[in-house]
Amino acid sequence: MIFGLIDKLRRSRAGGNPYFASRSARYGFPPARERRGALLLSLCLVAGAASADKLKSGVFEPPRAAPEIALGAADGSAFKLANYRGKVVVLEFGYTHCTDVCPVSLASLAQARRKMGPDAAGLQVVFITVDPARDTAPHLRAYLAKFDPSFVGLTGSQAQVDAVLKAYGIAATRKPIEGSKTDYTMHHSSYLYFVDRQGMLRALMPFGRPADEMVHDAKLLLQN
Amino acid sequence: MNHAFRRHWLACSLAACALGVLLWGALAPLRFATRDQLFEIPKGTWARRMAGDKVEILPARIRLTLGVQDVLLLRNSDTVPQIFGPVLIMPGQDFRLPFEQASDYQFACSAHASGQMTVAVVALPDPGWNRLRWRVDALVDAIRVFDKGMNRLWKN
Repeated sequence: MIFGLIDKLRRSRAGGNPYFASRSARYGFPPARERRGALLLSLCLVAGAASADKLKSGVFEPPRAAPEIALGAADGSAFKLANYRGKVVVLEFGYTHCTDVCPVSLASLAQARRKMGPDAAGLQVVFITVDPARDTAPHLRAYLAKFDPSFVGLTGSQAQVDAVLKAYGIAATRKPIEGSKTDYTMHHSSYLYFVDRQGMLRALMPFGRPADEMVHDAKLLLQN
Repeated sequence: MNHAFRRHWLACSLAACALGVLLWGALAPLRFATRDQLFEIPKGTWARRMAGDKVEILPARIRLTLGVQDVLLLRNSDTVPQIFGPVLIMPGQDFRLPFEQASDYQFACSAHASGQMTVAVVALPDPGWNRLRWRVDALVDAIRVFDKGMNRLWKN
């Protein structure tokens, strides 16, 4: 409104005299209001692009190489993280008896892959058990297939799993269930670890973030 | 009235100052040089821990404000990898975690007796009572941190 009044005043002052006309009219620039609008629009676009370019996850600066994972895959083959160069790998540490965290994260990851469409081929989800005593390879394979058949499950001996957990700085502790001598739950890290196409550990996404944010970060890492 | 002001000029000035501070607290916009709230593990922390010194860097509750200071920045300036809050951070590495929604976020953190750390993300307070209360809370937090630092210095 203020800019409109100023323009009106300028036009009334000009009265046909080119000297009093605005500089934009004299020199053939776009009117000041349009220039301001264009400047504002470009600033908004730059700001929008900057925020779109940022990962929603927590990021490491500088990133380090993701530690190699020497475990067996649920299909019986030997897993090697280095074989997935060129793909974005999302690591989830959990266990199949988990009732609150793991199924929610796996379901969100499956949803994210569906939302990614053809780009989903560039995203590999790897589920690493923190409870190898109960998560045998066949059990892990059947469990993950319920979410997405492309998910890879990893298990091994307790010592092998402990070595991987240590390399990623993950704590997993066994908590006995009250009233039972054999049953227990595992308290474990609920983060999702994003490894980029070059094998660098780039980001950690806290538990509970929506599938859209997973899609956003996975796509961004696929572009870089 | 003039006579009364002359008699109580000190009280009147103090009241005016207090009112000014309250108005500033309630209405002045919130400004920070950066949106990062930094917590840093200084060099030598590991050696101090090995020597039996109980070093606490991360408080059990951290408050962030959307749009003003909504990025948690953890920095390891020590010479060994450290589990800082919920993540393993290499020497010289930063971990920057942005928040976009107001809520209380719980993280596992072995450094605290409860085993948990809470990041409370609050919405940008509106001018008025909410902004004043936000500033009072920030002041109380700052005093707490200062008091802890002084206690540590006193013990050493």
